[in-house]
Amino acid sequence: MDKILVGLKRVVDYNVRVRVRSDGSGVETDGVKMSINPFDEIALEEALRIRERGEASEVIVVSIGSAEAQQQLRTGLAMGADRAILVNSESAPDPLTAARTLLALVEKEGIDLVILGKQAIDDDNNQTGQMLAALWGRPQATFASKLEFEGDSAKVTREVDAGLEVIEVDMPAVVTCDLRLNEPRYVKLPDIMKAKKKPLDELAISELNVEPAPAVTAVKFEPPAEREKGILVDDVPGLVAALKDKGLL
Amino acid sequence: MSKVLIVAEHSDGVVNPSTAKCISCATDIPAASIDVVVFADNGETVATQVAALSSVERVIRVDNEANANSLAAVIAPQVVALSAGYTHVFGPSTTFGKDLMPRVAALMGVNQLSDIMEVLGNHRFKRPIYAGNAVVTVEMPEDQAVVATVRTASYKAVEGGGNASIESVSLDADLPDHTRFVEVMSGVTDRPDLQTAPLVVSGGRALRSEEDFSIIYELADALGAGVGASRAAVDAGYAPNEMQVGQTGKIIAPDLYIAIGISGAIQHLTGIKDAGTIVAINKDPEAPIFEVADIGLVGDLFNIVPELKAAVSE
Repeated sequence: MDKILVGLKRVVDYNVRVRVRSDGSGVETDGVKMSINPFDEIALEEALRIRERGEASEVIVVSIGSAEAQQQLRTGLAMGADRAILVNSESAPDPLTAARTLLALVEKEGIDLVILGKQAIDDDNNQTGQMLAALWGRPQATFASKLEFEGDSAKVTREVDAGLEVIEVDMPAVVTCDLRLNEPRYVKLPDIMKAKKKPLDELAISELNVEPAPAVTAVKFEPPAEREKGILVDDVPGLVAALKDKGLL
Repeated sequence: MSKVLIVAEHSDGVVNPSTAKCISCATDIPAASIDVVVFADNGETVATQVAALSSVERVIRVDNEANANSLAAVIAPQVVALSAGYTHVFGPSTTFGKDLMPRVAALMGVNQLSDIMEVLGNHRFKRPIYAGNAVVTVEMPEDQAVVATVRTASYKAVEGGGNASIESVSLDADLPDHTRFVEVMSGVTDRPDLQTAPLVVSGGRALRSEEDFSIIYELADALGAGVGASRAAVDAGYAPNEMQVGQTGKIIAPDLYIAIGISGAIQHLTGIKDAGTIVAINKDPEAPIFEVADIGLVGDLFNIVPELKAAVSE
């Protein structure tokens, strides 16, 4: 295959304990560390390995969002992507708009395989890959933990509730990654320097003639219900007694 | 009046409990009538089981050989073909529903709502974001169908005692052949299903190895409990992927959850927030799991677990 497209979303780093703003207007993102969505890093790693095995010639990373997402795209270039595209949009788009935007790029660039994270750890939506596959009229292989190519199709092992499911999909296709597909590489300093010379194109979402999807309105944000403070017991008899107390044993 | 269509999840001729939880969520929608659709190669037994669930008006049975393996790309166009006249189209937030429902929504040209945890009105819902560290109230557009997944841990399954009509329907939808089922590999187990078990025992990285993880199974068997694992334990190969509990694994709500050697990363805690009672056994008194535990015991799990097993076996 020729080109692989990988989506990189800029999200609050997974180690940050997110807090809801006191006025309920959203979560606090000021001064918070931002990173590539961890599942997207796995997606990029997989694309790079496919290219390194000689099964693809080019890996393109794309982010849809504010100009700050350039940071994440530069990291993607440092990991080894060949070039980057930033689709400027005031805020991160909803999944359907994101899927429509990715479809426009897929058509513009002539993409053979799209690899995305199975979900972004901010909205936890788990939708964009499936939506892109639907709009594209192509197969989807979600929650992938193993990916092998055989001619014009791919064999994908998926992590499902029952265990591992294997499906075969014709190319082109959309794959979304689960955690155990691979372990992403670390970026080395010389690669960061090299990445500065790699192309990073910017375009406005309007240039792709993407129709924004009907809005889902966030009315208010609140912290989750807290659990009541628990007790500590000293030993196993204490634990058994506490469980009996609650009628659980 | 609202009309809800729920896509049933099933395997090997048995309806998945996630379906009864979706129905339960749908009963919270004001003045709703609820239909459930069963896609299968032969949906007779599943349709009969669904018809016996309470609150179901009508079961729609769509038999087609192509539906034998619940492939999202195959089922999605059929759901769309059926969706006319429905105000809401729901599926469970299991891997089946998460795979299918966004594809359905995109074909219908609407956004999808993930993980309904509370119904506030016909178009107003609550859902968790940021691994459950925030809850957002959303308003879906009034003039289009609400396509959504239901966070099954937020709902109790509806009871039996229903008597819905069953109607076989053949659909005129163009089904793709670009996606083919090969096989599913699952660990055969007689233990209670992790997603529905009232008691769950879960092990983490501190179990050290796949062999040592066996003490988790032994305690679980003594309690008649399902078995879960943290991401760290699954990544390390101590337990299979289908046992992972957390943000990206299974979200569960047992009456009793016993976390053993699990430090309690926020990504894990989001999977157990709805448990009735959380017990934490960990040698590190500073482990975050103790912040959410109802009952905590600090100590060496390799001493505690066998002793606990002996105590509950008595």
